[in-house]
Amino acid sequence: MILLQAVVIALRQMLKNPLRAALTTLGVMIGVAAVIAMVILGRGATADIQGQLAGLGQNLLFISPGQPGMGGPTRGAAHAFADGDADVIAKSVQGLRAVAAVTGSPVRVVRAGASWSTAAVGVTEDYLVAMKWQIRSGRPLTDEDQRTGAAVCLVGETTRQELFGAEDALGKELRINGAVVRVVGILKAKGRAATGMDPDDTMMVPLSFMHRRIVGNDDVSSIIASAVDGEDTSRIQEDIIALLRERRHVGPDEDADFFVRDMKEIEQMVGAITGVLSSFLAAVAAISLLVGGIGIMNIMLVAVSERTREIGLRLALGARARDVMLQFLVEAMVLSTVGGLAGIVVGLLGAWGATRQFGIPLVVDGPVLLLPMAFSVVIGVVFGFLPARQAARLRPIEALRHES
Amino acid sequence: MSADGAGGAAATGDGLICFEQVTKVYGQGTGAVRALAGIDLRIGAGEFVALMGPSGSGKSTTLQIMGCLDVPTAGSSFFRGLDTATLGGDDLSLLRRNYLGFVFQGFHLLARTSALENVELPLVYRGISTGKRRIMARTALAAVGLSGVEHHLPSELSGGEQQRVAIARALVSEPSVVLADEPTGNLDSGRATEIMEILATLNRQRGITIVMVTHEPDMAVYARRIVRFKDGLIVEDKTNEAPTSLRPPRAVAVSP
Repeated sequence: MILLQAVVIALRQMLKNPLRAALTTLGVMIGVAAVIAMVILGRGATADIQGQLAGLGQNLLFISPGQPGMGGPTRGAAHAFADGDADVIAKSVQGLRAVAAVTGSPVRVVRAGASWSTAAVGVTEDYLVAMKWQIRSGRPLTDEDQRTGAAVCLVGETTRQELFGAEDALGKELRINGAVVRVVGILKAKGRAATGMDPDDTMMVPLSFMHRRIVGNDDVSSIIASAVDGEDTSRIQEDIIALLRERRHVGPDEDADFFVRDMKEIEQMVGAITGVLSSFLAAVAAISLLVGGIGIMNIMLVAVSERTREIGLRLALGARARDVMLQFLVEAMVLSTVGGLAGIVVGLLGAWGATRQFGIPLVVDGPVLLLPMAFSVVIGVVFGFLPARQAARLRPIEALRHES
Repeated sequence: MSADGAGGAAATGDGLICFEQVTKVYGQGTGAVRALAGIDLRIGAGEFVALMGPSGSGKSTTLQIMGCLDVPTAGSSFFRGLDTATLGGDDLSLLRRNYLGFVFQGFHLLARTSALENVELPLVYRGISTGKRRIMARTALAAVGLSGVEHHLPSELSGGEQQRVAIARALVSEPSVVLADEPTGNLDSGRATEIMEILATLNRQRGITIVMVTHEPDMAVYARRIVRFKDGLIVEDKTNEAPTSLRPPRAVAVSP
């Protein structure tokens, strides 16, 4: 029998009982929609984060103590960098534009009538250059601030908004963990990331101030180096490693107690994390597709039982077992395909709504839509197989005599 | 009389259908029922045979085996010289598809499917194109006097009309044999007569072999040969010298 004919019969069967067909396809539709929405959202979030990282440029190097974990943060206790490490790197390694020492600390910032918890970073003056921060109003941190440990700060847009609202923040005083600091500059907003990362929820103080008045030691928790455009970052990376091994007295056979990552590695790391997350979400969504498939199997078994006499008649009129099998398989496939098509539409709409809501780019390509679609067709075949085989195994006389 | 019947079969050609010591047992062990106890029967091309007998005498089983819907437990049934017991399910399907038409007591039309599409059904399995199917189905409906109801659903037709649709479906694929299982069983006598006239005409004008199971002697008299069953055996096989439907044409032929 011709495939097309089977499809026509299948569509007609669906029209004969539209409510049943709609409910059956609903399961597959939800599954496909969920998979598509999850994958699109995952990709959008990844693209968003990568866009932000790309905004920092390709020539950044992040130097951290300890040893790199499996794509996660540092692992193992390792002593921090010393105060002079950043300066030595800046002086000894060729091809660097800026080298900043950084020590971060969560802080509570209080101002008359308002308080805000944020991440404060104690930084040397190169930090703004390296991380491409710009000053909207006021002035950056200076060498002078650094030497004197001046009680001054720069505030990110979110922090400013939370503490000052419509007021002008410049020149005002804040208390950070009890120490009084004066706002000398306001940072230009970088914009909130879809993933909830908000780079503007920050404030910067001179590293020396951070050491003396907030953390109470002189540890440098990381060093950020920015290469001059066109310089070979892997060469610079090697130079830094050699220099720091010497300064930190790492023997030639020992593993370094620090590591250097460039932006490519960080992008890969972030990509791996978001990749795992979105595949996990898609896998959960795929389970609902499976449940939809079981719904199809269920309804096809009912259909075979209801249409036993029809099957008997078709066999008597010359249908072969395989013709009957094909017909019921096609019916299951048509159900799942219709569900899959509806799922594409609903999934796209859902993903579109969610990406707008979160401000993530909508990343859609063929495979995102076609794979769940193909999967739903496969679901139709797999879950249609048992009912179809049951139909094909009917003996013509018994099927004809069947009382339905 | 049975000798005459056998002679008639031989005269019309090789046995189209040939049973040799066919036995059919349903079930197993103590619950087994012997429906056919070893029958021999030859039916030639162009015959019109009525199978008669009480319920459980084996006539319907015989029809099913002739129709390649079932195979004998023992003995051999040949259709067009092929031993059906040696054929697989697909081969039996192909025999039904290409040479056999069925008419059932309960009509067995697909509900919510137009008369035309019901008639087209066997052609679907022959891979005939939609346009050609339409034409063939319309012709078949016209042959049973049902032009104009092509798009009616079975539920909108009378019992007699439904059975005529079923007959159109049986003959649309131009079978060499039409097997009818109590085709008039669900109809009143007026409609039953119409059905029998149609079957007799098909047999006479198109040379289609017809084998019909019936309880009713009034219907059996349309056949040219009557085979009686009892307890799974053939007890009588006789030629009907004056089939009912042949009388009027003969009368017409004689009058000039």
